[in-house]
Amino acid sequence: MNILSVLVIIPLAMLLALLVSRNRAYVRTVVTVGFGLVLAAAVAVAVVFLQERAVSSEAMLLTSSTVWYAPLNIHYAVGVDGISVLMILLSSVVAITGVFSAWNMERDFFVWYCLLAIGVFGYFISLDLFTMFLFYEVALIPMFLLIGVWGNGKKEYAAMKLTLMLMAGSAFLLTGILGIYFTAGGTTMNIMELSQMSIPMNHQYWIFSLVFIGFGVLGALFPFHTWSPDGHAAAPTSVSMLHAGVLMKLGGYGCFRVAIFLMPQAAHELSWIFLILTGISVVYGAYGAVLQTDLKYINAYSSVSHCGLVLFAILMLSRTAMTGAVLQMLSHGLMTALFFSLIGVIYSRTHTRDIREMGGLMKVMPFASVCYVVAGFASLGLPGLSGFVSEMTIFVGSFEHTDTFRRVLTILATTSIVVTAVYILRTVGKVLFGPVLNPDHLKLGDAHWYERFSAVALILCIAAIGIWPSGVQHVIYESLQPVMEQINLF
Amino acid sequence: MGFTVYIILVPIVMFLFLSLGSKWLKPRTAGIIGTAGMAVSTLLSYFTAYRYFFVEGQQNGVYAKITAFTAEWLRFGDKLHIDMGVLLDPISVMMLVVITTVSLMVHLYSLGYMKGEVGFQRYFGLLSLFSFSMLGLVVATNIFQMYIFWELVGASSYLLIGFYYTKPTAVAASKKAFIVTRFADLGFLIGILILSFNTGTFDFGLLTADNASLAVTTMSGGSFLGLSAATWAMSLLFMGAAGKSAMFPLHIWLPDAMEGPTPVSALIHAATMVVAGVFLVARMFPLYVFAAPDVLTLITYVGAFTALFAAVIAITQTDIKRVLAFSTISQIAYMMVALGVSGMGGHAGEGYTASMFHLFTHAFFKALLFLGAGAVIHAVHSNEMENMGGLRKYMPVTHITFLIACLAISGIPPFSGFFSKDEILSAAFQHDKFIFAVLWVVAGLTAFYMFRLYYRIFWGAERRYDKHPHEAPAVMYVPLIVLAALTCVCGMLPFSKFVSSDGAPFSAGINWGIASASVLVGIAGIAVATWFYKKASDRPARAAAKWAGFWDAASHKFYMDEVWQFVTKKIIFRCVSRPIAWFDRHVIDGTMNALGTMTEKASETIEPVQSGKVQTYALVFVFSVLIITVGVFLL
Repeated sequence: MNILSVLVIIPLAMLLALLVSRNRAYVRTVVTVGFGLVLAAAVAVAVVFLQERAVSSEAMLLTSSTVWYAPLNIHYAVGVDGISVLMILLSSVVAITGVFSAWNMERDFFVWYCLLAIGVFGYFISLDLFTMFLFYEVALIPMFLLIGVWGNGKKEYAAMKLTLMLMAGSAFLLTGILGIYFTAGGTTMNIMELSQMSIPMNHQYWIFSLVFIGFGVLGALFPFHTWSPDGHAAAPTSVSMLHAGVLMKLGGYGCFRVAIFLMPQAAHELSWIFLILTGISVVYGAYGAVLQTDLKYINAYSSVSHCGLVLFAILMLSRTAMTGAVLQMLSHGLMTALFFSLIGVIYSRTHTRDIREMGGLMKVMPFASVCYVVAGFASLGLPGLSGFVSEMTIFVGSFEHTDTFRRVLTILATTSIVVTAVYILRTVGKVLFGPVLNPDHLKLGDAHWYERFSAVALILCIAAIGIWPSGVQHVIYESLQPVMEQINLF
Repeated sequence: MGFTVYIILVPIVMFLFLSLGSKWLKPRTAGIIGTAGMAVSTLLSYFTAYRYFFVEGQQNGVYAKITAFTAEWLRFGDKLHIDMGVLLDPISVMMLVVITTVSLMVHLYSLGYMKGEVGFQRYFGLLSLFSFSMLGLVVATNIFQMYIFWELVGASSYLLIGFYYTKPTAVAASKKAFIVTRFADLGFLIGILILSFNTGTFDFGLLTADNASLAVTTMSGGSFLGLSAATWAMSLLFMGAAGKSAMFPLHIWLPDAMEGPTPVSALIHAATMVVAGVFLVARMFPLYVFAAPDVLTLITYVGAFTALFAAVIAITQTDIKRVLAFSTISQIAYMMVALGVSGMGGHAGEGYTASMFHLFTHAFFKALLFLGAGAVIHAVHSNEMENMGGLRKYMPVTHITFLIACLAISGIPPFSGFFSKDEILSAAFQHDKFIFAVLWVVAGLTAFYMFRLYYRIFWGAERRYDKHPHEAPAVMYVPLIVLAALTCVCGMLPFSKFVSSDGAPFSAGINWGIASASVLVGIAGIAVATWFYKKASDRPARAAAKWAGFWDAASHKFYMDEVWQFVTKKIIFRCVSRPIAWFDRHVIDGTMNALGTMTEKASETIEPVQSGKVQTYALVFVFSVLIITVGVFLL
């Protein structure tokens, strides 16, 4: 059996094991051990991948393929390159920290959580367009229940909105995928094989647009991002973590793996439209965050800005910028998970997320507050933390273009770093510093051990990338070779 | 000289140790450990200076750029890569000495000043973090490393200004400082992007070699909006420098930054961080001279205006730390002007040497002024002049050391400020008489406001003090004495033998004509201040009333804060952010919701069709069949 399938099998086994008992201790044991094993498996995949890479020049490693539905040439085809390995690592880290942040949740919550994990890992290992899409849907559906049942506030509305918008994206996507399959000859669904075939240019235009928008909805592409603030605000802590930390990366990864890789020529010609849209996302998200008063809304708009930068960089079609895009996915995934877990800590104690009702929490819960400051610094791109590395790689890479249009856009995108500083410091100053506003808050306790665990684990990952970026950067840069060959054909 | 890397590593290790271990360390232990760590860095810096200037530095009679350590940190593609390393050349070695000395003095002083404060361990951890960042900045081998440490310096300054985080004014000040400098850093970053794109390198060595020929050949063309790439890049870099070094109009954060603990103001907002901008311009100096001389003119005028502007405001301030803050702005502007009027090589490069010399002397006497002010604040528990007066009897050591620093900044020989200021004035005189005149006036104003400060603290009418003011403890006054001693002697250094624009030592004598002019104006300033402030009288009030409008405007810092407030609050918040937030919720999200509602409405409209009545279904069925049949026949 292929080692990659283990990543899907463990969550599946957990799901089945959870169905047996309702005992809370049992549930906790299953999910912590299970997601611990997933993390171990992800690390094992990374190690095996690095060993294989040293001896092989194939674009995809650890591949295997089994026929699933022959008439449409659908296979269960798996394989990874450096980028998917990093995404798998990111997902497993966020998944286990999410478990610790959802320490007091009931069994049924974790059943859906495991299903979500199956979808996520299946998506990142898939090489077959159809199975990829299938796992994509598997990852999206549980979101409806996780928010609708265990969320708070306007949860039904938010769950419905999020699911419907993402489903509309999926409809675009399915059309696009079928378009790719049929216009490329109708002989294979395998991405690597498809990349060797050519899709006629007149078809590339509409297929590229459909696929890019389809994935873009999940990547918070302007103007399809409005599910994000409501969805994040209503979702329970660990679902927000997983959603912003991992699911939004499904969008960026898909744009890169399917839209750009299979239709590089259309990407060349249409990129300007989407560059404008993503450029708007970057700046608009940042400005949108400035006046928000709900901690989760601030973070949701910040995600629109940061994820917009991912798509922005991918569309620059330069190797350095794309490297930056992948780094930004990692960085944003870790950082935003950290943010949401800490917002969860604060909310579970103060029972409010309105920054006008809080103040001076540094005195009350120093541990959580210091972590929040670190997360804020990561978000505003302080050197030594991951955000700086990814943003600088993106800016330098995007500026490599000689045409004025892309350079001016890059400069506009860089202005977001100032606005980011404004909303981050405003939040930090308001919530953590200053005198304690609400005397009731003085009685609140600091983070519990399980909450501390997730915060520390995430901070360590953020700092590791920030302090020693060259290892990760190298893996990504190498893995971009096939894409660059495709792009450089034109 | 690979050991130099430890100068930087020791403080960062101290930071990690002190901040992670703060729970388990006693405040006193933490303070002593932090100070000891800084002492190690200081000794290593002195040793580096000795090795560099007297043993290894010179090659063929010229001080060379020595890369003591370098390692690739991040690669951006085939050409560009960020390295982390240690570059030794006259200015970086000089900065190592300045930073570690002042930092060590501030560490020592803080042991006394911060005693009993909550978060004592955190304070020392942050001081170490700041020292690490500042040292990393000055030894940077490439412009991106400099930018990285530049940002870290900004962040540690933010944390230190906001050290008293329960105090709303401190929180607001720290936020303002960070955001204003961040805005300036945006210019720095874009400048780096343009520069590196054209030249294909970040490396200082390659950029400045052979009179910046690389930049001259690659960047003189390619005009955008009528300016060459080089002019764009170098002006944007200067924007970054102006932000950190508090040049008009980006100076607004520095006076507010005085909300931080006073030793922090001495270290960061007087001696080290705020001169980073001057250091950046000095570091890129060949590019300015050869690739973008227009920008150098801009620097000169911005500097001269800032020097005058800040000096005028300093006269009217009543918070002693704010007087010092405006004085710092004015003095740094002096250094900027000196770079602006400088040429390259030999005596033409006198301005460059003068600028670095003034940076060097200013660091000591300004740190001394701040630490002295700290001792005063410590004694009377207030920053306001009106709560002081007649303190010379109670605090003799502080009084004498403060007086020395005041004489130095006023340019009175034989104190250090005289020598460096004279050099700046003579460089300006050779370049542009108008600029010289402005600086000369500023020199007089400086002497006036410094002695106004001095008299109002130590002379004048004695206040009724709640508690008897007392001299600071030894751990606080020893640093004062050390810095005062440095202020007395460091002006005598033959600075041009060590630091020059092209690395070749030359001898810069004292221009006695200009020196006497500057001493005269200094003495005049002191005399006027004595007449006004030595004894309590109504003379200052009468003079202020006579110039009421001007006095009012100056004491409100010429309303620059209000202007910026208007730009941020009214324009950016109200005209950009709020409409965007509204647009997002109502237009974009409204469209999405409308789509949902429309779908729902549409399904409600066609709902009656599925009525469940078989008769209706049959009727529709029959009619449909009829219509289709007729239709088919007709076609």
